[in-house]
Amino acid sequence: MHAQPQSWQNIALSLVPYELAGNSTPWVLATRKAAFKRFESHGFPTRREEEWKYTDVSLISKRGTLAPDNIPPEASSEAKLLAWTLPSEGMHLMVFVNGHFDSGLSNIDDLPAGVQISSLADMLDEGAELPKDLFKQQHEHTVFSALNNAFVTDGAVLNITPNTVVNKPIYILLIASGHGTAIYPRMIIMAGAGARATIIEHYMGTLDAHNFTNATTQINLGDGATIEHCKLTQEGPAAAHIAGIHVQQAEGSHFTSKSFVFGGRLVRNDITVSLNEPNCTCTLDGLYLLNDKQHVDHHTRIDHIAASCTSREYYRGVLDGESRGVFNGKVIVHHGANNTDANQTNHNLLLSRQAEIDTKPQLEIFADDVKCTHGATVGQLSDESLFYLRSRGLDEVVARSMLIYGFANDIIRGVNVPYLRTRLEHLLLDRLPQGEMVKELL
Amino acid sequence: MLSIKNLHASIDGKEILRGIDLEVKAGEVHAIMGPNASGKTTLAQLLAGRALYAVTAGSVQYLGRDLLSMTPEQRACEGVFLAFQYPVEIPGISNALFLKTALNAIRKYHLLPELDAMDFLSLVRERMKRVGMDDAMLLRAVNEGFSGGEKKRNEILQLSVLQPKLAILDETDSGLDIDALKLIADGINDMRDHERAIILVTHYQRLLDYVVPDMVHVLSQGRIVKSGGADLAKNLEQHGYSWVNTDAIANQAIQNSQITQANQAP
Repeated sequence: MHAQPQSWQNIALSLVPYELAGNSTPWVLATRKAAFKRFESHGFPTRREEEWKYTDVSLISKRGTLAPDNIPPEASSEAKLLAWTLPSEGMHLMVFVNGHFDSGLSNIDDLPAGVQISSLADMLDEGAELPKDLFKQQHEHTVFSALNNAFVTDGAVLNITPNTVVNKPIYILLIASGHGTAIYPRMIIMAGAGARATIIEHYMGTLDAHNFTNATTQINLGDGATIEHCKLTQEGPAAAHIAGIHVQQAEGSHFTSKSFVFGGRLVRNDITVSLNEPNCTCTLDGLYLLNDKQHVDHHTRIDHIAASCTSREYYRGVLDGESRGVFNGKVIVHHGANNTDANQTNHNLLLSRQAEIDTKPQLEIFADDVKCTHGATVGQLSDESLFYLRSRGLDEVVARSMLIYGFANDIIRGVNVPYLRTRLEHLLLDRLPQGEMVKELL
Repeated sequence: MLSIKNLHASIDGKEILRGIDLEVKAGEVHAIMGPNASGKTTLAQLLAGRALYAVTAGSVQYLGRDLLSMTPEQRACEGVFLAFQYPVEIPGISNALFLKTALNAIRKYHLLPELDAMDFLSLVRERMKRVGMDDAMLLRAVNEGFSGGEKKRNEILQLSVLQPKLAILDETDSGLDIDALKLIADGINDMRDHERAIILVTHYQRLLDYVVPDMVHVLSQGRIVKSGGADLAKNLEQHGYSWVNTDAIANQAIQNSQITQANQAP
């Protein structure tokens, strides 16, 4: 039996789609209603389900309401400040406040030819054909994607035409602010053959925000396209954040995902990649830095469907306090996907006795002639390394911070956008005792 | 400068050092030689403050202070330096960042102004040249992916930048080809002056051809069993450690019989 929301709640919730964007476009409404039915029949997952064994979502199921605000909020001064901390030059910026596009805070005026960026809500209201296929697509493996499909308020639709190169990163800042609310953003990204772009999704919550964010990102790569997707989850300490990133790759395309989790009470990222045609590469990197009672779960799944594709996965975690991390990385090499080269690694550093990590790299191979490796480690700071640093005059606190910085920075240094890399480094150092000492030296 | 008296130390209840006595004065170079598992590395690491070893008896005075009561970082700031036999790899931290942090931590301790990036770089570049290190090694993570020789050179670079009063070099010569050995020896000789003491811990006599010690001590089974001048090392090289060991066993036998006699005395 699954945990079912109360029936009176369901009746109220079933009416929500009629008030959201696209309610006068028949296929939008039909998609929303069907998705809600799926959610209703399944209910929230429980820990009896293998995929949710280590992650309890009662924090979400016990919320007062799951319904999003259907009216775009007035951006609070706090939200404005957050948006203004971003550099005004050097990026295409889209800002969302509590799930609604804020054109005043955004800057998408000087896009190169061949790139279209739009608010999803506007497109749904217009009944535009462009996002239709991806909007209707179901991601059956988690019920949260059904909930997103039913209640999505707004999001970004990115269309990059073939052979278009977007030099500046596309920065999507999603702010959760003010009273607790349910936020359902949706990113639909279509990269034509040979297109290149870097996309950053940054979820930022204010300290008092008790939001539940349920996001879905879909990325389709055409032949030979190159997309780098960076996600920074920096929700407030009471927030719940559940997200799915679903990627489809065509021949010879290159996809990189980097997931950084610094904030949020409960965070779950499901990242799935389908290598549908030969000669693709995909790299999934991640870093979670947890403290207090944070719970962060990464579930990744790479399907090697076509032959001669390469996948790399490299996740690191630093867990302090009573935090709990979950890493489940699955690589499935399907029948016929010969000459597959797959590697996945997950390293964890536990800084306290109460912190816990459940890590499970998984390989399922149904093809011959493949090269697949995986591994996971869980450990503490090495006494020998600490002694080495201290024997050079560094006090113990600085030596520890330096070692943690070195461990975590291994993932951060791979970020290609200088602004983001610096921001991540500073976020990391802000979390370390006497981190400012190390910061001065960078 | 350094005065070790009857030092006993053990690890997991197993006694490794069994009564070391050693006096080292400023300006002197001492070599401590001995076969494998004689306690050489234990002594070197213990002096630098490794908490792995429990001191069960004895004392160590350094510049008139109780060395054993100091933390490793205090010892470093007071001028004790250990060049590691196996320098540790610190991924993600550049050599430059590490060395600058270390130098400034020590300067701060002595209430000296910290060096800024420019001054630090000009100092470190000059020292790197002397030990034959390429500038690019500054940007690489500390010892990560370094060859054995590069790691040892990096230790000597740290030594020459940090300018300690007491330098302990634990098998810095092992695993080096002859050219690298000469470079390392030059680096050590550069550091010799009347205010600094150097302890060379080594298995072989080779390094001592280039860095001629004032005193040589032979460590065996946790004790200094023989001390002498530079020629002692040459004798060892010729006759092997068994030569001292027979000597030591004879000494031990005499001691034991004395103890037995003492015990039997009414």
